Parts: sequence; C-alpha cells; structure tokens
Amino acid sequence: MHLALFIIFAGLCVAGALNLLLQRHPINSALSLIVVMSSLAVLYLLLGAEFLAAAQVIVYSGAIMVLFTFVIMLLNAGKEERTHGSKLAYIAGFPGAAALLGLLTYIFLSHSAAFGHARLGEYLATTGDLSRVLFRDLLLPFEVTSVLILIAILGAVALARREH
Amino acid sequence: MVPIAYYLVLSAVLFSIGVAAFLIKRNIITVFMSIELMLNAVNLAFIAFSRQWSQTTGHLQVNGQIFVFFVMVVAAAEAAVGLAIIIAVFRARNTLNVDQIDLMKL
Amino acid sequence: MNDALRILPEIILTLAGVLVMIADALLPKPSSRKSLGWLAVLGALAALAVSFWQYQLPAGTAYYGVVQTDAFSVFFHVLIAGIVLASLLITLDAVTPETEGLGELFALMLFGAVGMMLMSSAVELLLVFVALEISSISTYIMAGFRRKSAKSPESALKYFLLGSFATSFFLYGIALIFGATGTTRISGIADAIASANPSTALLYVGLAMVIVGLGFKVSAAPFHVWTPDVYEGAPSPVVALMSTGPKAAAFAVLLRIAYGALPQLHADWVPILWWLAVISMTIGNLGALRQRNVKRMLAYSSIAHAGYILVAFTALSADGVAAASFYAVSYAAMNVGIFAIVSHAGGYDDHLTLIDDYRGLAWRSPLLGGAMTFFLISLIGIPFTGGFFGKFYVFTAAIHSGMVWLAIIGLINSGIAAFYYLRVVVALYSRSSEAAPELVVARPSIALLLAIFITSAATLILGIAPGNVLDAARAAAQTFTSVGQDAATPPSTSVDAVSTGR
Repeated sequence: MHLALFIIFAGLCVAGALNLLLQRHPINSALSLIVVMSSLAVLYLLLGAEFLAAAQVIVYSGAIMVLFTFVIMLLNAGKEERTHGSKLAYIAGFPGAAALLGLLTYIFLSHSAAFGHARLGEYLATTGDLSRVLFRDLLLPFEVTSVLILIAILGAVALARREH
Repeated sequence: MVPIAYYLVLSAVLFSIGVAAFLIKRNIITVFMSIELMLNAVNLAFIAFSRQWSQTTGHLQVNGQIFVFFVMVVAAAEAAVGLAIIIAVFRARNTLNVDQIDLMKL
Repeated sequence: MNDALRILPEIILTLAGVLVMIADALLPKPSSRKSLGWLAVLGALAALAVSFWQYQLPAGTAYYGVVQTDAFSVFFHVLIAGIVLASLLITLDAVTPETEGLGELFALMLFGAVGMMLMSSAVELLLVFVALEISSISTYIMAGFRRKSAKSPESALKYFLLGSFATSFFLYGIALIFGATGTTRISGIADAIASANPSTALLYVGLAMVIVGLGFKVSAAPFHVWTPDVYEGAPSPVVALMSTGPKAAAFAVLLRIAYGALPQLHADWVPILWWLAVISMTIGNLGALRQRNVKRMLAYSSIAHAGYILVAFTALSADGVAAASFYAVSYAAMNVGIFAIVSHAGGYDDHLTLIDDYRGLAWRSPLLGGAMTFFLISLIGIPFTGGFFGKFYVFTAAIHSGMVWLAIIGLINSGIAAFYYLRVVVALYSRSSEAAPELVVARPSIALLLAIFITSAATLILGIAPGNVLDAARAAAQTFTSVGQDAATPPSTSVDAVSTGR
C-alpha cells in the first residue's frame, strides 16, 4: 500500500519536474510545478508530516504558485524563444547536474540500511508537537522571520512601484 | 514499508532536475520556478531525514520539519521580492529572455 | 531580559528601521526624505555603541541556545555596525532630495544589518539560514534601487537568481549534515561527529554544498560571476555596504561552521578552501587588470581579497582565524572608504564610470584625490596602512602552518594587484587633457567628510597601531577552542576515529 502510493506520487513528481523542464510556455511549466508540489504534499503525509503537508498545499501550491501564474498573466509572457543560451551552461551544467545526481543516489542507496524503512502511521508529527518546539526552542528564529517578511513587503513595494 | 533512501533519492532527482532547468531555461520566470523546485527537493530531504532520526532515536524528532516550515516562509518572501524584480526588469527592458538581459557583459 | 541583551544591537537596528518606515509614511509627500538618513545614522551609532558594550557580557548563549555572544560574534557585531554607519553616511551624501524610495533604502540598510549581525552570532543553522536570507534579500532589493538606469534592475535580477540558486545549495548541504548528525546546532554537530561516527559520505557532500553556497555569498571564484555585473549596476553607496557587510558576515558563518561544527573534518575542507583561495586570488587579480570601469575593477579586486581571507582559513590555527577576522576589518575600512569617493565623484546615477573619467581628480579636489590614493595604497598593501598588516598576518599564518606555496601564490598575486591599483593612482594625478566636463566634483557634504574620516582613520590606525584590533581578533579566535591548540597538533585523533569507525 505504502509502496504503491509512493511509486504513484513519486512518479507524478518526476513527471511534473521533467515537464517543467521540457515545456516551452511558462504557464505550462507553472502548472507542472503545481503538480510536483501537490504530489510532494502526499509524500509528506506518508512520512508523517501532516502539518507540513497542509502547509505545502496552502503556501506553495496555493499562495506562491498563484503569485507566479498571476505574474505570468500580468506580463503576458509568451512562448520561450529558442535563443542560444550560454554554451558553458550546457557544457558544465548537464554533466554537473548528472554527476550530482549520481553521487547523491549512490550515497543514499549505499546507506539505505542505516536509514531504515518508513511505515505508515508511525511517528506522526502533530501540529502540537511542532509548535512546542517552534514557540519555545526556536522562538527567536520565528520572531526574526518577521523582519524578513517586513523586508519582503518593503522590497516588493519599492521595486514594483511605477515611477512618476 | 518503503525504504527512506527512496525518498532521499527522489529528492536528489528533483534537485538535479531543478539545477538542469535553472541552467537551460531561457524565460526568467521559469528559471525562478526551477529554484522553487530545488527548494522543494530540499524540503523532502529534510522531512525524510527527520523521519529517519525519529526512528533511529526511537522518539519523535521534529527539528527537520521545523526547518521545512522556515524554508516555506523564506520561499514565500523570496517569491514576492523575486517577482517584483522580474516586473521591474520587464518594465525596463520589455523582455523576459535571459539572453537578452545583457547590458553588462560578464 | 538577560537574553535580550545578547541581541540588543539587532533590536536597536530593527526599531530604528521601523521608525524610519513610520516617519517616511508620516512625512508630507513633497518634503525630502533625506533627514530620515540621519535618524538611521543615529540608530547605527546606537547599535555600534551597544556592540562595544557587549564586550562586557560574559560569553554565553540565549534563547535556548540559538544565539551566542562571545568575543567572536561581538567582534563582527562591531564591524558590521561600523560598516552600516559609514554606508549610511555615504548614502546621505550621494542622494539628492528628489531620489525616489529614500526612506525604503535607509530602512533596508538597517534591516539588512540585522541579518548580518545575527549571522555572526547564530549557533543554530536554522537561524543562520533565516539571517542569511534577511541579509541577502535586502541586498537583492537595494541593488535594484537606481531606477533611472536599466542596468540596476538587471543587476538586481542577476544577483537574485544566482543568489537564490546558491541558497538552495546551502540548504541541501545543511539537510545532508542534518541527515548525518541529526542536529542543526553548531556544537551538536561537532559532538555528534566526535562521538557517534556518522556517515562521512553524507557529511562530505553536505560540507561541499555548504561551501558552494557560502562561496557565492563571499564571491569566491569560481562562484563569482555575478560580482562585476552587480557592482556595476547597483548604486555605489549600496555597493559600499554589500561588498563588505554581507561578506564579513558570510565569512563569520563559514568560520563558525568550519571551525565550530566540523573541525574534525579539516583534512577535507582545507584542500577545498586552498583551491578556492588560489582560484579567487588569480581570477580576481587577472580579471581586474582588464577592466576599464572603476566599479568592475573594484568588483574583481573584492574577489581577490576574498581569496586572501580564504588563505587565512586554510592556516587552521587560532592565528589563522585571527588573521581572517583582522583582514575582514581592514578590507571593510579601505573598501567602504574607496566607495565613499567613487560614490561622491560618480554620483548616485554613476556619471563617472571609467578609470579615464577620473583623470585629474586629485587636482580638482585634493582631499578626495588624496583619500582615494590612500585607500588604493592600502588595497595594494603598502606599509602604514591596514591593508599591509592584513596581508602580513594572513601570509604569516599560512607560512606558520606550512602552507608556503599558498603564501607565495598570494604574494605574487599582491604584486599583480599593484598594477591595476597604481593605474588608478596615475589617472588621479595626471592632467586631464581637455576641460573634462564630466568631472564636476561637488563640494563634499558633512556626511561624506564623516564617512571618509571614519574609514581613513580606521585604515590608518590598523596600519600604525594594529595592536588593539589584533588582540580583539585573537580573543575572537579563542572562541573556537579546538583550534586554540597548537597548529602542529590538529585534532587528528578524532578524525582517525571517524574514518576507522565507519
């Protein structure tokens, strides 16, 4: 059951990510990314992170991707033009990404026994468990994010404002 | 029962696709989306490792999950700023192609 | 309450930033926002004073062990407060009352400094990450503040895209380190490595990815490609801040992670940093030789200086940490100083860009020309300037740890660097061929005079009487007890334990 769910949603993730890469129109890429994010939410649930699964759907697929699609519509972005990108990106980028993937996969699979197996329904992290750590041990980082959000508001307003 | 390593391999796959997309895509908005994909891959790795440590120590460990929570907050802030920058660039240059944003040569 | 004292400079800067924002909203529309700059300066001054006062606090952690004030973090608190103070003064001089978004600019500088300070005192990687993002996002925004030029949003975009790309590498690195050790506390990571024999492969890859992410933030080659473009497009006063403040903070994080969390892995990160140092120095200096644009030249020079600081890292001793911290101070003093003059002469909208545009500046304005010459001499590393002692301590620390080749490469690079700095000096003192209508130097304002006074006094004091700062840097280095021992006997036993225990 768990394995079947994992294979379905992991497959959706990879398919969505590849589609993001292959699609030429930004709106298609954005929609594929939403598929990736929503499938990831299911995987989070399988790993017992119920709060994050909800947050993933609400914050990522809901807020962030809506902002993306909104900007794509606002700027009326068309199909990607086939210009010659930096050659270096192709020459160094593809082998680099492939090497990174190979290395990480090798490490993860060779340590597979040490990582153990995940069973459904064990180690569920409830919102209460999270908030006990978040609002006590990590109170300061939590408060500090308010500065971050203030900067983001300030910056978005300052940059996107039209000159008069 | 699924080995946690599978989740980690999936996160590596997504991260690498994100890196490749960052380098290949020519539309600024899509390039930014590939960064979001990379961040999502990081989040999956954090949750998988968090689960692994819960099992290793025998009681629930939520530190990795909290990290994901903060990555989401930061990603939202980054998206607001990044899209504002993209709008500013579009107004100044009227293009979204990375290769045409080249007033300054590397 | 005691906890709040440990983040008091950050609290003060945040409050000052909020006050600036509120005052900005309350001021009537047509009136100038320039006076808000003085409010921000007051905030930075208060933060500087409190940072000095923090030396009185006993070393310790606060907020459940998330931040730590010790000689190391207070050292960087003082440095960052000083940088922000000088940058605010430079901004006050460069902008005109009509410049758009002034209130936001001042607030962003203050908020950015909050992030940088927290980076230096955070001992929990989660807080490091949030603080790093505060400092990065505010600099991305400020790079795009020159709204009249199309170059400015473009530089903001490049900085933003490459910066976020690097951040995701940094994060994946943290995830792998967390996976190997089960914790994100700096001290917890070191303990886990020492006691629990974690998977070394995970740690190595995590460490490499963290170095990629931070290498970008300090603009070490080969992660430097953004630097020249961003410096060219961003407003000069902002470059004064972003070429020094976030870099000093990122170096502080790198020191904390390398020496605080992963000292047992030094055999692995020393070669990586060795190569980064060599490549940064070489690419920086060779790149600077080819530049005709002053800000691009200074960008390549900042890559080279990041390389010199990395030389000190590889020394793997308390002296090395002290040398790196000392170099960060002297580089900040001279680089902020030179950008004060570039920003005054070139203006907020950069009407002087090329080295040739500066021909005859010293005759037009002996004060500016003289100060610029002094900072250039310091950047070369000639005695009686901070740059000299910075390089001296860095290279002696390297030689003492047996990195003779690295020191030799560094010295050759310093020789190459003299060429392009001297080219600017020659331009400053040559007679401009015709009337040079471009070179209209306005009378320096009080803010600029203050900024030049602070930076040149700091450069001079570091060059004549470096004792106090050096002592502070040495005290900072003692924070990392594991490197406090003699460099000849690094903690090799634990490394063997890790590798054999696998």
